[in-house]
Amino acid sequence: MKIKNLINWSKQNLFSSVFNSLISLFCIYLIIISLPPFIDWAFLSATFEGKLKTDCKTSGACWVFVKVWFEKFMYGFYPVENIWRINLSFLILILSIAASFFVKDKFKIYILFFLIFIFPIIAFILIHGSFGMQIVESREWGGLALTFILAIFGIIFSFPLGVLLALGRRSELPVIKYFSICFIEFWRGIPLITVLFAAAVMFPLLLPADTYVDKTLRIAIGIAIFESAYIAEVVRGGLQSLSKGQYDAAKSLGMGYWKMNIFIILPQAIKTVIPGIANTFIALLKDTPLIVLVGMAEILGMINLAKANPYWLGMAVEGYVFAAAIFWVVSYFLSSYSQKLENKYSTEKK
Amino acid sequence: MKKLSNFKNNLSKNLQWQNFLPQFFLLLFFCLLIFYFTRNAQINLLARNITSGFDFLSTNSGFDVQFSLIPYDGSFSFGRAYLVGLLNTLLVSFFGIIFASILGFIIGISRLSENLLLSKLSLFYVELFRNLPLILQIFFWYFVVLRNLPSTEKSLILLNFLIINVQGFYFPKFIFTNFPFVLYGIIFAILTIFLVKYYSNKMFYNTGKYLPVFKLSLVFLILFPLIFSFLGNVGLKFEQAKLIQNFGIFNYVGGVKLVPEFLALLFALSLYTSAFIAENVRAGILSISKGQKEAAKSIGLNNSLSLKLIIIPQALRVIIPPTTNQYLNLVKNSSLAAGIGYPDLTSVFAGTSLSQTGKAIEIIFIVMMTYLSISLFISLILNWYNKKIAFISK
Repeated sequence: MKIKNLINWSKQNLFSSVFNSLISLFCIYLIIISLPPFIDWAFLSATFEGKLKTDCKTSGACWVFVKVWFEKFMYGFYPVENIWRINLSFLILILSIAASFFVKDKFKIYILFFLIFIFPIIAFILIHGSFGMQIVESREWGGLALTFILAIFGIIFSFPLGVLLALGRRSELPVIKYFSICFIEFWRGIPLITVLFAAAVMFPLLLPADTYVDKTLRIAIGIAIFESAYIAEVVRGGLQSLSKGQYDAAKSLGMGYWKMNIFIILPQAIKTVIPGIANTFIALLKDTPLIVLVGMAEILGMINLAKANPYWLGMAVEGYVFAAAIFWVVSYFLSSYSQKLENKYSTEKK
Repeated sequence: MKKLSNFKNNLSKNLQWQNFLPQFFLLLFFCLLIFYFTRNAQINLLARNITSGFDFLSTNSGFDVQFSLIPYDGSFSFGRAYLVGLLNTLLVSFFGIIFASILGFIIGISRLSENLLLSKLSLFYVELFRNLPLILQIFFWYFVVLRNLPSTEKSLILLNFLIINVQGFYFPKFIFTNFPFVLYGIIFAILTIFLVKYYSNKMFYNTGKYLPVFKLSLVFLILFPLIFSFLGNVGLKFEQAKLIQNFGIFNYVGGVKLVPEFLALLFALSLYTSAFIAENVRAGILSISKGQKEAAKSIGLNNSLSLKLIIIPQALRVIIPPTTNQYLNLVKNSSLAAGIGYPDLTSVFAGTSLSQTGKAIEIIFIVMMTYLSISLFISLILNWYNKKIAFISK
């Protein structure tokens, strides 16, 4: 009975016409030539146990490579005994985001406040070290943790600047308006990699010779400024979606420019663009690995280092597949979550 | 005292202090920042014995690049190196845009296919390629796929046309004699097409009938260059790459060689961008309500005419703006070439030239301005197009 259903179903969906059948056969062919070899390589004939490259005797993937280098891929050259500090800061982040799902709307603003203003300080103290904890200089940071740190730093610090730029672009004051437009269009018009190069080699020339700004910090600032232009455009979209009545109502209550924006306009505008901000963050997360090109020990940098190790030559595939799996999972789930948010807000509007 | 307050009143009326002050302070802050940076840069450069200015553009570069569209070696100037990089950027962007558009269009249509298997496979394609960092994809194509191709002696040869090995892809070179005649043929065909189009429009207004302009244009475009090349005695020869042994090392010489760096970048850019374009195409087609199709049918348009006159123009209006944005992203993303050493603008100029001359400020400035000009140029075209379609919609 079930088989009959299956046959009927495939007749309707896959073999309804000659052209359709050809397409289906082509798809089945594609799946057959790609999927079984991949599963065989990644799981069936892969090696999971062992400590050395010589333990991998089968034809499949040598996951021993990833296992041995796991800590380096994740944390770079961060001292092993202090890794719990990175883990703890990410745990705080995840918990506070998770908490925002369960509390009432009224408290969500406090969580947002905590994330923007207090969390960066806590995370910095934990990761960099202070108050008697061993200090870990930022050049020792690395791996996937560094990617996330820079991406999260970028999005948090680009947010206030981005909001100001969005307001500036809609301002009636010509200098502020055209300054904001030029600023936004400039950063949106150049690739991130040139910003990274500028932060790495050009920026030190622009500061007094005796001041030293740490390279990681320079790059983080570069990313934050770059990203603020994108945030500004997202927020501007939200500002445009508000009806003029909101401005008129706020003004008729006697509110000034800042009071009106902070209490009436921005809360509504930002709420509508939360999915857009999430998408910007996902794009940033996928762009951050670029820091490997200016010599940061980011996860791809660590993989490039590990695959050049004489004991582990020829392990590039495993390393890249591992990194790809992590990025894919994070990016996919974040984007499906932001899509859900988008649907939620678009139904609320209706 | 009274005078002063009067003066103040006048000023606040005329200049509106409230509006003037923030603008003034912004300008002041900006100017001070620029002054501060320039001052520091001057001191720093003096201390490092680096002269500033763009004179270096005409001095000998002293480095070689492995892939260039124009003749170049170490004896040419840095200005020439800039040109080499810019041309390489434009080359990979041009082909990337073409491949990404074709792939994106096919995948986008497949996403809407009634065939469940096909639509799910396309969904998998889109989700796979757009959720992975581009730099990772470039590394994967370069270090994993292209580095593991067969060695020169064991090259794959497809149809005696394409030779694939670890050194790159080799195509035969087309060598024309009397090539201008082909161009004359193309120009003649285009002129004829304009004429036919004009007559077709005239006929349409007079009699309500029209000529199949598109099919005729295709015929002209193929036929006239062929006739002209026959008349002008145009010859075409293929120059296939040849395997040559030199000191025991095999090498292919001649033909058109595409280096693996170029191929890795092209593959990664095309696949990554095509995933985004596919989503745009899908959204564009979905945006057209069923009523439009039914309305087209009810006024007696057949299937192909309703597609041509009703569906596609409206879908394009939704598809083209975000897709142009993707083209822009592709051009900017081509700068990731620096990761695998494809000599594009960033890697030749902001990489090699910068480390040779140490002129960080000038070089980064030139590179940023170049990308900015390309971006602004593309957005200018987009704005022009948006205005044009906005006019039609009224």
